[in-house]
Amino acid sequence: MRKFFSGIGNWIKSLFCIHDDKEPRLLTLSKKESTRSFVSSLVCILAGVIVGFIVMMILALASSEDQIYFSDAFGGLFTMLAGPFTAANAAFSFGNMIFYAVPIIMTGLSVAIAFKTGLFNIGAAGQYFMGAMGSLLVALNINCTGNDVAGFFVWLLALVVGMIFGMLWGCIPGLFKALFGVNEVIVCIMTNWIAANIVSWVFSSEGLKHLVNTGSGKSGYLIKTAVTNTGTPSLGLGKLFGNSYIDIGIFIAVALAIVIYIILNKTTFGYELKACGSNKHAAKYAGMNEKRNIILSMAIAGGLAAIGGALYYLNPGIELAYKAAYSKLPDNGFNGIPVALLASNNPIGVIFAGLLLRYLSQGGGNLSAFGFNQYVADIVVALIIYFAGFAKLIRDVLVNRQKKQTEKVLAKIANTVKNETDSSPVDTDKQYVIDQDVLTDEETQIDEESQEVEK
Amino acid sequence: MTVVNENKNVPHENNGSEYIIEMRNITKEFPGIKANDNITLQLKRGEIHALLGENGAGKSTLMSVLFGLYQPEEGEILKNGEVVKINDPNDATALGIGMVHQHFKLVECFTVLDNIILGAEDTRFGFIKKADAREKVSQLSEKYGLHVDVDEKIEDITVGMQQRTEILKMLYRDNEILIFDEPTAVLTPQEIDELMQIMRNLAAEGKSILFITHKLNEIMAVADRCTVLRKGKYVGTVDIKDTTKENLSQMMVGRPVEFVVEKAPAQPKEEVLKVEGLSVKSKVHKKLAVNNVSFSVRSGEIVCIAGIDGNGQSELVYGLTGLEPVAAGKVTLNGEDVTKSSIRFRNTHGISHIPEDRHKHGLVLDYTLEQNMVLQRYFEPEFQKHGFIKFNNVREYSDKLIEQYDVRSGQGSVTVVRSMSGGNQQKAVVAREMDREHSLLIAVQPTRGLDVGAIEYIHNQLVAKRDEGSAVLLVSFELDEVMNLADRILVMYEGEIVGQLDPKTTTVQELGLYMAGAKREKAKEEVQ
Repeated sequence: MRKFFSGIGNWIKSLFCIHDDKEPRLLTLSKKESTRSFVSSLVCILAGVIVGFIVMMILALASSEDQIYFSDAFGGLFTMLAGPFTAANAAFSFGNMIFYAVPIIMTGLSVAIAFKTGLFNIGAAGQYFMGAMGSLLVALNINCTGNDVAGFFVWLLALVVGMIFGMLWGCIPGLFKALFGVNEVIVCIMTNWIAANIVSWVFSSEGLKHLVNTGSGKSGYLIKTAVTNTGTPSLGLGKLFGNSYIDIGIFIAVALAIVIYIILNKTTFGYELKACGSNKHAAKYAGMNEKRNIILSMAIAGGLAAIGGALYYLNPGIELAYKAAYSKLPDNGFNGIPVALLASNNPIGVIFAGLLLRYLSQGGGNLSAFGFNQYVADIVVALIIYFAGFAKLIRDVLVNRQKKQTEKVLAKIANTVKNETDSSPVDTDKQYVIDQDVLTDEETQIDEESQEVEK
Repeated sequence: MTVVNENKNVPHENNGSEYIIEMRNITKEFPGIKANDNITLQLKRGEIHALLGENGAGKSTLMSVLFGLYQPEEGEILKNGEVVKINDPNDATALGIGMVHQHFKLVECFTVLDNIILGAEDTRFGFIKKADAREKVSQLSEKYGLHVDVDEKIEDITVGMQQRTEILKMLYRDNEILIFDEPTAVLTPQEIDELMQIMRNLAAEGKSILFITHKLNEIMAVADRCTVLRKGKYVGTVDIKDTTKENLSQMMVGRPVEFVVEKAPAQPKEEVLKVEGLSVKSKVHKKLAVNNVSFSVRSGEIVCIAGIDGNGQSELVYGLTGLEPVAAGKVTLNGEDVTKSSIRFRNTHGISHIPEDRHKHGLVLDYTLEQNMVLQRYFEPEFQKHGFIKFNNVREYSDKLIEQYDVRSGQGSVTVVRSMSGGNQQKAVVAREMDREHSLLIAVQPTRGLDVGAIEYIHNQLVAKRDEGSAVLLVSFELDEVMNLADRILVMYEGEIVGQLDPKTTTVQELGLYMAGAKREKAKEEVQ
């Protein structure tokens, strides 16, 4: 038993101290790329929250007639940080947070995978709409009332059809980019609005009249999937979370994030995609089919965004406002961009980034209790995203700090080794080689900088 | 930028020191390492002082210290025996220190005159006094034998004249300490001779010259003294007249270096590459970059394409490897017409290609070393199964190459290539391409940016590949390399092959004439 505890003690010690002539474990961990991304994202979030807090303080000070007291700023901060948990019905609020996170996780994945291939998919909004349209055309046309099994398969079919719609839609900017060299951003923006108008037009047609909700006080909405019993199953989650919208969409989103992670990091296909994104000339030199990869990447991105749209509108409780669709692109389409940015385009990180943004928005909804407008939460979210732009800067600072630390530790280790072995010449040689490599690195950096300046 | 003209130091006033610039015991540390460790450099008035060292020896750092880009931790800089503090490049300029960079800092669409006065314009009522400037420039160019056409635009003049413009820029600012950073890399042999003469003129007129290079021939030809650095440390300063090339190289590398590649006479066998009437369009101008070129490379020989940078060599290689479509002609590889084949097809059917630009084509800089090592092979059954990469095999293969070719990096196979030094990046590319199965090895400037030791190694490897039966097509701008390695030399000038020479019977001077376009095979035939 004592051995066990001293083992734990030693392990904890090894986290912070040099052990067996190796650097502390925490230092090794902190040098991992994933840790760096995580820490830098965390710093961005903190910075955003702090500045958001300052904004609230200013608002409190500036409010006339003492509508908001200064202390309310602290209350506001707390409410935001507590997210859904300060709401009157925390379980309900939490369930909704998860549900609303699903579409932005999906569009976040969409943006992230395109970005890995060097493409900026700003067309997620259009792909999202196409996904919603494709899936609703299936789900609302087949009535499965009373037959849950059939409903499930129709739902699955609807999801797949939605995905295919999105993939084809995503292909369009990909094709233009690959074949004619047209910038994907321009085509994406155009396809966004085309998609929005198509949605309004298709559901306004005579043949699809039966999909429109004609209930009292309703105008311009489609029926819900609850009517045809083809909605996304919730497997009791909804009941568990206070009858909120939550359904199994979150599992699909997480699974897809993992799949994308595996594709990007473990397969030859991912290897090609990333090579094309990172250096298309080298990819060409290596014989990769750059054009094919651009089209495929956009197709996958389109499919992912479309699943986001499908999962959102297939929920039994959500209805599509088809009449107004042409006038406004869905926020969920664009929020994928900050999600991907915050996650440094890491598919697993996208899950957490999506949840986090919804978490803050959910908390923001409760800000009115302290006299603040709920959109102050959006300001904080915007600030966090703004600071996410500094993620690379923060990462560089981390890298530099770690370099210094590592060198200190190396020197310490070298010293102890020297003392123990009476400074054998071999060790000094080794040290020397390390120095040499770092030195040449430094010099190339200088060279590269000067070359960049010339350009 | 401050104007230096007011700050005219009287150049020949001796303040009791024989050195115009002294850098004493300079130590510059970057986190944890010493880039310069106790280095002393003493530049006499009116001498040509060479600074010699391998890549990463600390030459650039030392010059950056002199230029005020870095502050040294220890040591001091003296001018005329007085300690001076150089905080930024403006201070350096004010002290009369000027530099000709390896890559010129000229505005392409400005005239020579505009470039010379840029940043040091004398004005009157806000108008530039161009007539005065013109007068001063013409005086300077006459005095030092620097022939330039002041009204031509930079983009229209030769590299040699661009360099003379750079030198005039320094002289126009009355700089007395001139630093030349690898000035001969871009010049033809004739232009190099000219530059050497200019440097001698400048020194004779009392200018002091610091000459950074790793070409020993040039040091022996022009320098008075030479300071050698190795791995950030000061090795020594020698008088050139008391030393030899071998001695210098030993000081630089730390061991004796062979300059002449040992190789048996070539024994060419079957034809591997056949090029007939190949033309490739240029991306920069409307003319053909490669114009109706025909040649062949046989197994077991090194054919070298010589020529000055920008005469269509790059485009020729792009055409052969498939990176650019060909406009006309036919490329045959091992008897198979590959003119329209994909890059992947050529890669897997016998072409290995060490590209000219390792950052653009050769490497994915954000990938790790091991990922780069399998750049053209990741899809082979050895490295993947059902589309999943076999990471163990990749690691094993990469470790093997790293070991075999001595590629040095921070963390071995998992090092991100961007963080590696240029020399080691090049070695990685060379290792990958040489190890891949191939019948034709196209090597474009394979030793670019490498130091003497690594160059020796790569040259030997190229010869070894030849002797194993590879056909080697070497594109090089370095004359020594061409003369040393080639079994046959083809000279390219303005997109055409203007001469086919035998390295055993030709001279560097003759090669230079072909490269400069002054001589052509056809003309020669006519004479005969």
